[in-house]
Amino acid sequence: MSKTILTVDDSASMRQMIAFTLSNAGYEVIEAADGREALTKLDGRAVHLVVTDLNMPNLDGIGLIKGVRVIPAYKYVPIIMLTTESTDEKKQAGKAAGATGWIVKPFRGEQLVAVAKKLLG
Amino acid sequence: MAQPNPIQTFLLEADDLLATIEQITLDLDGATADIDTVNQLFRAFHTIKGSGAMFGFDAVASFTHHVETALDLVREGKLSLSPVLITCVLGAKDQIKALLDEAQGGPAAPAGACDKIIATLAGLSSAKASHDNHTKPASTAPIPTPGAKQAWKIKFQPNSDLLICGTNPIALLDELRALGECSVEACTGQVPPLDQLSPDRCHFSWDIALRTTADFNTIKDVFIFVEDGSTLSITLASPSAVKISPTPVPATTQPSPATSEIASAPATSRVPAPAPVTATPEAKAVARKAVAADSTIRVPSEKLDRLVNLVGELVMNQSRLSQVAARLDTTELTSPVESIERLINELRDNVLGIRMMPIGSTFSRFKRLVHDLSAELGKEIDLVTEGAETEVDKTVLDRLGDPLIHLIRNSLDHGIELADQREKLGKSRRGTLRLAAAHTGSNVVITIQDDGKGLDRDAIRRKGIEKGLVAPDAVLSDREVFGLIFLPGFSTAKQITSVSGRGVGMDVVKRQIDTLRGSVAVASEVGRGTTISLTLPLTLAIVDGLVVAVGDDQFVIPTSVVMENLEITRDERAAFNGRHAVAVRGELVPYIRLREVFTMPENEPDLEKVVVVQHAGERVGLVVDRVLGSHQTVIQPLGRFYRDISVLSGATIMGDGRVALILDVAGLVRLTETTALQTVSTS
Repeated sequence: MSKTILTVDDSASMRQMIAFTLSNAGYEVIEAADGREALTKLDGRAVHLVVTDLNMPNLDGIGLIKGVRVIPAYKYVPIIMLTTESTDEKKQAGKAAGATGWIVKPFRGEQLVAVAKKLLG
Repeated sequence: MAQPNPIQTFLLEADDLLATIEQITLDLDGATADIDTVNQLFRAFHTIKGSGAMFGFDAVASFTHHVETALDLVREGKLSLSPVLITCVLGAKDQIKALLDEAQGGPAAPAGACDKIIATLAGLSSAKASHDNHTKPASTAPIPTPGAKQAWKIKFQPNSDLLICGTNPIALLDELRALGECSVEACTGQVPPLDQLSPDRCHFSWDIALRTTADFNTIKDVFIFVEDGSTLSITLASPSAVKISPTPVPATTQPSPATSEIASAPATSRVPAPAPVTATPEAKAVARKAVAADSTIRVPSEKLDRLVNLVGELVMNQSRLSQVAARLDTTELTSPVESIERLINELRDNVLGIRMMPIGSTFSRFKRLVHDLSAELGKEIDLVTEGAETEVDKTVLDRLGDPLIHLIRNSLDHGIELADQREKLGKSRRGTLRLAAAHTGSNVVITIQDDGKGLDRDAIRRKGIEKGLVAPDAVLSDREVFGLIFLPGFSTAKQITSVSGRGVGMDVVKRQIDTLRGSVAVASEVGRGTTISLTLPLTLAIVDGLVVAVGDDQFVIPTSVVMENLEITRDERAAFNGRHAVAVRGELVPYIRLREVFTMPENEPDLEKVVVVQHAGERVGLVVDRVLGSHQTVIQPLGRFYRDISVLSGATIMGDGRVALILDVAGLVRLTETTALQTVSTS
């Protein structure tokens, strides 16, 4: 069975690009536009990896990571955050919140797939 | 369906974001910024930067970075949103737009502008030096000999949070195994006694021996996400010192029981129950909201146009069907036809409703215009908008922009006085421009109101006489005087500024509004200000019309302009010596005979009908043979070939399948006036 990845980004183009890359690599992809929506998508279905942006309206990436880590069913789901080079403190905050890994924007599709493979085993 | 192109999506998204940026920035203008707004602004730039870099708009990304950095300082409270910064942000927005256009093959973005904005931003945020430090850890990697297999000794003691952060250590070890021959030994010395053991903590550490061609960085990359907080040492070992066991030491599988227990842990009630319970109502609300957000779909407007056209055809065919049904008069037929009629009417209303857009988006464009112009003119002007939620057909909205810009420019330039002058007159220093929209029946009325000096009635009149537009002794009503400003070549501005006053404009405005089947009215009071009202139809696709007949042909007159219907006999026509005027309750109303306009001389009836319509505040009669009744018609534009015919605004197909032409009253009046003037000048 293919693994399911939840991608969270307020930018539709980023979501599209991520979803396109990951589904081409054989993953199921579900999308959410912000942290709050992402949490509603974690409704008990199997999600094996979360790829989230950090800067988002309503609930940002850090908030989402914290939120995911307190849901029993998703407590150990690997989470990749997407950061930009200028947000190093954000990276630390994300890690403190429980992010598993990160990718620095801009990245290439192969990098994303490599990291997904790495975390999904 | 073709795979959507993310770059296209990005460009659309960038457009939206830039519009948001402008709107937020202008809202901030003058007001104190709350943190949410600044965050929103920051996020917009952040997304443009991030996504821009992703899709190859490097110039955009690197430029946006500077703006983002400055805004980040604002977020942290280290920098205030000064007018200089706001202007800078607006400039940056324009620059990003230009860069994006350039990347799409548009004209090159102004080269110096980027550097200027960057320099200003840098000046504002000179205290930021500590912010940009890249904390990339310098790796003290031994230089590897590429190609040859080397033996490495790796010691990895993870942060005990490893599992909580979603990392599976087995995956890490597998990744190492994929690099080459590998032996892993788990050190279980740190595992606490059972009663103190927490299953979601990692108590293991590993000693790993690896023989691989991979270099130091490749090995280090395996641990990239876990090296912080973990103890990791990767050292080159002498080959003899490293013993690779052919089979994994049993200890390597040790983590498995722990992880499998973790995997099952969520199912048990180990986690306190209240957390999920309290989260539920909120989660539900969020879910509802998410559904609402998902329900917006972007559709290219051609698709909508096609849909509207199809519905138009459907409406026409339905009305033919109704007529047939009425003629046959069989209950079996009439009742389903009536249901279809009801459904189609509903369908039509819904489809036309799709095209309706709130006028707010157009209004917000003017905020920028007012902001820039008042700076340019050295005036202090506030723009107040009302009724931004008023919905208007997209086609009307699109064509409304230019006339409104003209009118606003005029008000700012000629209407509102300079601050000092205003103070002397006992007014507030800041002028106010009010832009309001409201529905009245099937029309929308847009008013542009300023509290400036008002129109100078005498100056306009003098100018009118000077230009030969008015007879020197003519007694004119206010409305007639103000109507002069819409005539071509009329401008009373004493000096021509770059903003307005070239004498083109008002007549163009008038013509543009006419083509939208709308009307313009001016009211003004000296010293108090001027109000210009534009009355426009809600949609261009459908018109409520009065169907009239001339000879065998049918014409449609938009009901919105019709005032009353009269009869006129052949004798009455002769009574005014053939002058085209009819007395309506003691007042003379000029009329236009459609028979003459369309040169249809034969079979003149003795009794003709006059449809009195309103045009530019005056009454004009249209003489026809018969008035057939009112009819809601879908307007079909005339083909390209007929585009220059000004007296018609379109055509429609009647229930019996015949074509009826829709009259453009403004065009008719204009045509008659021109021919009349020609007759006068030649005689």
